[in-house]
Amino acid sequence: MIDSRKYLVAFGITALIFGTAIYASSKLTDKKIEDVRAIENRVATDILSSETQFALLAETSCKDIGPGFLSKELGPLGEKLSYAEDQTGFSAMDIDSLKRSYFLLEIKDYLLMKRLTEKCNIKPTFILYFYSTNKKCEDCEKMGYVLTALRDKYPDLRVYSFDYYYDLGAIGTLISIYKAKPQLPALIINGEPYYGFKTVEELEAKVPVFKLLKTTASSPAATSIPKR
Amino acid sequence: MPDFHALILYCSLFISLFFEIFLLITYIEVRGEIKAEDERLARGSNYFPTVTIVVPCFNEEKTVIATVASLLALDYPEEKLSLILVNDGSTDGTLEALHKFDNNSRIQILDKENGGKHTAVNLALKSVTSDLVGCLDADSFVMPEALKKIVPFFEDTVIMAVTPSIKVHEPNNILQYIQKIEYSWSIFLRRMLSSMGALYVTPGPFSIFRTKVFHELGDYRHAHMTEDMEMAMRMQKNNYKIVNSHGAHVYTITPKTLRGLVKQRARWTYGFLNNGLDYKELFFNKNYGHIGMFILPIATVSIFSSLFMVGHVLWGFVDRAIQMVNRFQAIGFTWKFSTPSFDWYFINTGVLPFIVVTAVGLTLFILYLSLKLADGKFKFHRGILYYLFLYTFMVPLWLLKALFDTVFKRKVSWR
Repeated sequence: MIDSRKYLVAFGITALIFGTAIYASSKLTDKKIEDVRAIENRVATDILSSETQFALLAETSCKDIGPGFLSKELGPLGEKLSYAEDQTGFSAMDIDSLKRSYFLLEIKDYLLMKRLTEKCNIKPTFILYFYSTNKKCEDCEKMGYVLTALRDKYPDLRVYSFDYYYDLGAIGTLISIYKAKPQLPALIINGEPYYGFKTVEELEAKVPVFKLLKTTASSPAATSIPKR
Repeated sequence: MPDFHALILYCSLFISLFFEIFLLITYIEVRGEIKAEDERLARGSNYFPTVTIVVPCFNEEKTVIATVASLLALDYPEEKLSLILVNDGSTDGTLEALHKFDNNSRIQILDKENGGKHTAVNLALKSVTSDLVGCLDADSFVMPEALKKIVPFFEDTVIMAVTPSIKVHEPNNILQYIQKIEYSWSIFLRRMLSSMGALYVTPGPFSIFRTKVFHELGDYRHAHMTEDMEMAMRMQKNNYKIVNSHGAHVYTITPKTLRGLVKQRARWTYGFLNNGLDYKELFFNKNYGHIGMFILPIATVSIFSSLFMVGHVLWGFVDRAIQMVNRFQAIGFTWKFSTPSFDWYFINTGVLPFIVVTAVGLTLFILYLSLKLADGKFKFHRGILYYLFLYTFMVPLWLLKALFDTVFKRKVSWR
């Protein structure tokens, strides 16, 4: 005769293990979301601080701008968001809210960078990168590797990545300012659009500003580049 | 919309984990029974019924002499033990090898045209008059005390068959070391199934039956090249009790090549699937207890869930490989030495890793118990590593072949 109690006990223990795994995973994911939010807050504060500093520049000179002028945490923030997007534990709503804030912070950082280059008459060292996660973009993954390699090679390079089809007004405005076509991947360098996949060598040849950048690999990455 | 792939994956993991926990609960329940059984067998018994061992041989000239020698060396009263060696139309020197035992009065030699293992054993069964009868494949060897560790079980009149513990004979390559661990796992599993009354194989190497089983239930059948499985299922169907003696050790020669191993295991799995179909009335039938309600269904489901889980892991590798190829195409080969990130954020804290780690932990614990049960003590050796890292990826080979053969009704062969 079957001892059904044994089956119930085994089922109970198995369910308990699953329940514990779900609970622990959910708690740790919440903690990760909190971490990302904390970084976003820090980046927002950094930008506010930089903007304030920049406003004061009217009364001072460009040489007063120190190496920590622009936020160093935008890159790690992007990496964490990119990782979270690939994981199954994070809720789509959380990711969406974090991405929205991230893109806005990127745009604010970009505007600050742009004003800084104009004000201080320095060569712009940033790239706007449009990719897509929803619509098919086979070369976006490869472009991501190229931009990561460039950023590793030129630590002062800032790459601002945007999901072309993301429902955010500011991204739409950015697209219309630069008249970026939906031929992804798309890069905007010095106001010039470049469409389709480009190798490291092609970009270095096309964009003279790379020659001005130092090739040391000591400072942290500026922004993160999604591989898709 | 729920992710169907994830649903199947989690269901597969739930089933695997449930089975492992069920086995461990069974082990906790029967620990005392195993200890008492060991002590009883160690004390010995004066119960010595007559026994006949049948050795069916087909092209076994290299091993049959050692097989018969191991039977003759059994620690059992000589007058109570006889052997029947059957040459099943071998095309090598097997018959000549058998004739070396012509002068032994305890040995009868039969020669017939090739017809398959079941026909060879059935021919021998016609001449069996002993109380008990067993079979030993001609590529296996028994330990001297094996019979004495099996026969006392028959003092219980409801026990109709006793299976031994099968071990790998002299492993000397990676595949055989993997099989050594796998066989130890089987020793544990069979002992647990024995306590549940759920054994569904009476293995060719040295399973011993009451002779009346064959008189009452009939001879061996072709049974999809797995007559030992069919006989056990037939016995279960007729509520004939089968138990396992984990202390009765039999050594068998295992396949040396992956091709041979896949062929053997595909035949076993094919036999399970097809005998399962033939005995489908056992499935989910309360009258057959654990074997009907749990063991046979879960053994069937595990074929598919194993394939799915290994497929999932392999797909992960393929996905990673595609990423690496894309990366190579984009930026070429780059040497980049960077200190690994210790940021806990990048540790996968999803539900899956927690469950997989728990399941692997339980697997390791059961493996430890298995090796302890099989060898008397746990001793770490390289076979464990081979088993842990390679076995999982080998299993789909024979599962897929068996499924393919079953779906397309392809005939399988022994060799």
